[in-house]
Amino acid sequence: MVTGTLLEEEVRRLAGSVPDPELPVLTLEELGVLRGVEVLAPGKVTVRLTPTYTGCPAIETMSADIEQVLHDHGIPEVSVVTVLAPAWSTDDISAEGRRKLAEFGIAPPRPHDAATGSGGPVPLTLAVRCPHCGSTDTELLSRFSSTACKALRRCASCREPFDHFKEL
Amino acid sequence: MTAALALGDDALVLSHRLGEWAGHAPVLEEEVALANIALDLLGQARVLLSLAGDEDELAFLREERAFRNVQLVEQPNGDFAHTIARQLYFSVYQRGLYEQLAAGGGDFAGLAAKAVKEVAYHQDHATHWTLRLGDGTEESHQRMQRGVDALWRFTGELFQPVEGVEIDWPSLHTDWLATVTGVLQQATLTVPTGPGSGAWTAGAGRQGIHTEPFGRMLAEMQHLHRSHPGASW
Repeated sequence: MVTGTLLEEEVRRLAGSVPDPELPVLTLEELGVLRGVEVLAPGKVTVRLTPTYTGCPAIETMSADIEQVLHDHGIPEVSVVTVLAPAWSTDDISAEGRRKLAEFGIAPPRPHDAATGSGGPVPLTLAVRCPHCGSTDTELLSRFSSTACKALRRCASCREPFDHFKEL
Repeated sequence: MTAALALGDDALVLSHRLGEWAGHAPVLEEEVALANIALDLLGQARVLLSLAGDEDELAFLREERAFRNVQLVEQPNGDFAHTIARQLYFSVYQRGLYEQLAAGGGDFAGLAAKAVKEVAYHQDHATHWTLRLGDGTEESHQRMQRGVDALWRFTGELFQPVEGVEIDWPSLHTDWLATVTGVLQQATLTVPTGPGSGAWTAGAGRQGIHTEPFGRMLAEMQHLHRSHPGASW
C-alpha cells in the first residue's frame, strides 16, 4: 500500500511492469506500448497506452491489468486511454525486450533502418535468425501466425518451426 | 460523418467476409492469415465507426440501405482465388487511400498512419498469392483469372469521391491501376478491359445500394445481436 502522492515515475514503473498478456516474457514497458502517465490529483492517474495493431484484442486485458496493479498500490482512480498516434512500431521494443523474445523462442523484429526504412513488409532476402539453433537459413511459411504481430517461419538447419515478431 | 461510415463499413464488411473462411480455408496457414487480416480490419472498423456513433449499434442494428461500403467488399468469397482477387483489388486501394489520409493530417490521419502498415502486409499477402495462383498450374491460373475478371466491374466504385476526406482520387486511381496491372502481368494473367462499373451493378454502395448477397450476409452478422440484445460472453 502506497500512500500520498506518487511520483509519475513510480506510476510509470508500476504500469510498465505489467506483463504483456500474449507474450508474458515482455513487460509493457519493454514492448514500448506505454505512452505516458499523468498524476492528476492524489490517487487519480491517467495512463496512455497504444495498441501494437489497431485490432489487437490484448489491449483490453492490458488496460485491466494496469488498473489492477495501480489499485493494488493504493491508487483508486485509474483511467487508461488508448492513443493511436504516433503509431507503434516494432522499433519501440527495447533491446532487453528483443533479447527476451529470442530467449522465449520468438525471433525478434529487425530494426527498420536495416530494412525498408518505413513500416510494412520487409524484403524476404534479409535473414531472420532461428531462435532455437541460431542458423540464418530460415524460410517464411506464412506472413501471419498465432497473433497478428507474428509471422510463421521454419529453420532449414534444425527443422523447427518458429514465430517471428514481424516488423511493423 | 459520411467518411467515417464509408471507410468503417468497408473494413467491417470485408472483415466479416474474411471471417467466413474460418474452418474452410485450403490450408491451416491461410485459415490463420485470413483471420488475422479480418482482425486488422475489424480493429480499423471499430475506430472508424466509433467516430460516427456507437459501434455496436452501427454494426448490428442498421438496415442494409444504411451501409455505405463499396460493393466490392460485400461480394461473396467464392473460391480461394476469388477471395484473393478481392483482397488484391481492395488492399491496393486501401493502402493508397490510407497513405494519402496519413499525409493529409485530417481526422483520420492517426488511424491511417497506423493502419497503413497493417494493410501493407495484406497487400503483400494478396500479391504473393496472385503470383502463385496466376503463374501456377493451369487450374489455378484459370481460377485466378476468373476471380480477377468477375470482380473487375466492382473496382470503378472505389474511386468515387467520398465526402469529408481530402483525397486526390484521380491519382489514387492511376496508382492503383499501375500496381494491379503490374501484379497481374507478372502473374501471367490478363488485365480485364471491361468497364469498372456496370449499369446493372450501379456501383452505388456508397449511396446505400447493395448487391443481393449483402442482405444475407447482414442477416447472419446481425442475427445474434438482434435476437439477444446486449448479449455478451
